[in-house]
Amino acid sequence: MIAFLVKRLFHALLVMFVISIIAFAIQDNLGDPIQQMVGQSVPESEREALREELGLNDPMLVQYARFAVNAAQFDFGYSYVFNQPTTEVIARHLPATLELVAASTFLIIVFSVPIGVYSAIKPRALLTRFFMSISIVGISIPVFLTAIMLIQLFAIGVSWTPFPVDTSWGNWLNELISTEGGMPAYGRGDPVTVFGTWDTNFASFKGLSYLVLPAISLASIMLPLFIRLIRAEMLEVLQSDYVKFARAKGISMRRIYFLHALKNTMLPVITVGGVQIGTLVAYTILTETVFQWPGMGLMFLDAIERSDIPLIVTYLMIVGLIFVITNTIVDLIYGLVNPTVKLTGKPS
Amino acid sequence: MTLNAVSTKKTFKKTLLASLVGASMAGAALLPMTASAETLRMAYDADPVSLDIHEQLSGGILQLSHMTHDPLVRWTQSLDFEPRLATEWEQVDDTTMRMSLREGVEFHSGNPFTANDVAWTIERLKQSPDFKAIFEPIESVEVIDDYTVEINTKEPYPLLLNLATYVFPMDSEFYSGNDEDGDPKDEIVKNGNSYASRNVSGTGPYTVTDRQQGVRTQFTRNPNYWDSESPGNVDNIILTPISENATRVAALLSGDVDFIAPVPPNDLDRVRESDDTQLVTMSGTRIIFFHMNQERVEAFQDQRVREAFAYAVNQEGIADRLMKGFATPAAQFSPEGYAGHVADLEPRYDLERAQELMAEAGYADGFDITMMAPNNRYVNDAKIAQAVAAMLARINVNVDLKTMPKAQYWGEFDDRAADMMMIGWHADTEDSANFHEYLTACQDADSGAGQYNAGNFCNPELDALIAAANVEVDREQRAEMLQQVEQTLYDQAAILPLHWQDLAWASSNRVDIEPVLNVMNFPYLGDLVVEPSE
Repeated sequence: MIAFLVKRLFHALLVMFVISIIAFAIQDNLGDPIQQMVGQSVPESEREALREELGLNDPMLVQYARFAVNAAQFDFGYSYVFNQPTTEVIARHLPATLELVAASTFLIIVFSVPIGVYSAIKPRALLTRFFMSISIVGISIPVFLTAIMLIQLFAIGVSWTPFPVDTSWGNWLNELISTEGGMPAYGRGDPVTVFGTWDTNFASFKGLSYLVLPAISLASIMLPLFIRLIRAEMLEVLQSDYVKFARAKGISMRRIYFLHALKNTMLPVITVGGVQIGTLVAYTILTETVFQWPGMGLMFLDAIERSDIPLIVTYLMIVGLIFVITNTIVDLIYGLVNPTVKLTGKPS
Repeated sequence: MTLNAVSTKKTFKKTLLASLVGASMAGAALLPMTASAETLRMAYDADPVSLDIHEQLSGGILQLSHMTHDPLVRWTQSLDFEPRLATEWEQVDDTTMRMSLREGVEFHSGNPFTANDVAWTIERLKQSPDFKAIFEPIESVEVIDDYTVEINTKEPYPLLLNLATYVFPMDSEFYSGNDEDGDPKDEIVKNGNSYASRNVSGTGPYTVTDRQQGVRTQFTRNPNYWDSESPGNVDNIILTPISENATRVAALLSGDVDFIAPVPPNDLDRVRESDDTQLVTMSGTRIIFFHMNQERVEAFQDQRVREAFAYAVNQEGIADRLMKGFATPAAQFSPEGYAGHVADLEPRYDLERAQELMAEAGYADGFDITMMAPNNRYVNDAKIAQAVAAMLARINVNVDLKTMPKAQYWGEFDDRAADMMMIGWHADTEDSANFHEYLTACQDADSGAGQYNAGNFCNPELDALIAAANVEVDREQRAEMLQQVEQTLYDQAAILPLHWQDLAWASSNRVDIEPVLNVMNFPYLGDLVVEPSE
């Protein structure tokens, strides 16, 4: 177990090292940070002085060596835009993203498991067909569009009047298809500080209301994917010999479905799920941009727009780290659910 | 008041003044205040990069300056000067202007505002990398007494009042000494954490009470604000940056914010048609145009070819269809209201004439050129470039167009990487000479002239004319010279002007934004009136 964790730690370091090299190699294509720092009419001599001060004139290798030596001491440099250590900037934006991902994950788990299992047990039911077609739509619509539609429907509100307004049934139908709006359209509102840089939206209903629309749009891609995955796995398990044997022995269907079959269904779902949660962190870039959610994704996009190279490099390294960590956790959980899997890979 | 009798001795003066001003302020505080607190929630596309108003010369910083500070004078909507912290001014001789300062003004810190602060602020501006170029003409600032300064220029300088709109006196006492890290408090640091970038003390209508960069900034009305005649009734302002256009508009339409800027052209109708919101647009002062590089393309050295390009491009079509009326077609740099604006110069779209000129110049079959434009800097920038490329195809000019994000674009621009390059320009001095100095003057690396002249146009006569205009104190005569420059640039088709980008703001109906807006896009939020909410 310890050996496994140590090995993973080296993985993480290797991943971060490779990412930092790639990020450094492409930084010339990320634009000129000086241009973003000074006004349009600043003479070239001033720009040159600033460039020299920031060490941007040094050869790439020298710049990288300087960065690597500092990074080894957990100093990843200063953000050009925020004028603060990049790690501090990221620490401030991380909780918002993690809360958003947590809320989406919650939605995904709560909805995908029952719907997936139901549509596997009753493959021909009308409701199953409904879920399946909705999930196709969900996968096909980009997050960006989903988010804009959610804002229009539930934040601004839509009033449609295709039915006559002078009749009571027409009015009733019009009201039925119109939405009131009123949900917050952007940002986190006034989150409550828990400790340090962690402000939470989970403390009050008002805070949660800010989370609803972003969390739904972030979940809109993953939820259908998980429903389909769970359904497919469950269908396969239900065909297996041990389920048939269990039925032959007369064990109640409920027990077969939810105890024996579900457990085996969840194995591949955990693997895929863990990796996908890591990907969710990447998907937040789009969601956070539309909802102006002040998390890492929005911060990263701003950093790119302003050529804030130290922040970009640190962000990429930390995302790499997050991927390694989630994968490690997935492997640990997998070992718990399925004891035949050996983490260290040695034959027992 | 007995303030004028105060001794001019520096050390003694300050303590006495503090007590005097303090006493008068205590009286003012007893005046009845508005009963309920009004909060304005507003969203811009970005928030100010720093609280140090001398760190960057940019729209965002100047918008902040007008909230936390007051300028010596400021522009009115009709581009006249309005006294603020300077109450009167007179030209003593060709190179000296004497300014009387407002008495009884207090900084947020409680320190009294005096002539020393003005001298100190201008001195600091001359140190700022971003501002030092435009403050170069100022030789020295002399403190005559507590409420009088004399500004000396190196040569006669007609734009001193324009410069005074950029002087937002800072609290010299507040920024004296060292901070906890041992760095001087008045240090201007571009990339780093300076005292001035986190702490602010001005005389303005608002103080910064909370700031999370990139998330929100909260302002609270300065209870001791000197301008008791200001109609402004907003007690708190919450500024949130929303960079995504669609979200910013949605936030206004859903009632989450009360005031947004800028309004993207595609959403103008949505905002206008909504019952709860109002839209204000103004013809802006930022000129969008193309340079035609004479060094890279020999054909551009022929005036007839440049003219042909000017005849081939339909500015009105671009403004109408592409910009949906959100732009004013231009044939010169200077927008209306500027000294150099020539009213007769109209866009000259005439395809036949363009083809004739190309034939005359021996290019009837056209030629190939490259073109570059940013795709996220100006409104519809990439689309405009495509339209211009299509229009040039009609005079057989084959355009290879490349568009890119602004972060990459400016590097290419500095390298003069294409034959035609797009740029937008707003004159920092709100004066016509500024356009020529940066954009069409003969290039000179030492003086910085023609720094953005990616067309390599060079006409020494015009440079001489501008130099003469810059020491001409007679405003009418100066305007004539500037107009002559615009006329020559037009006649010689030095550049390919397209339009002045319009400005747009939107607010909920209860916020009366129209009176506080101006073409510089510095809303005077201190004077903003909000209808009390129920």
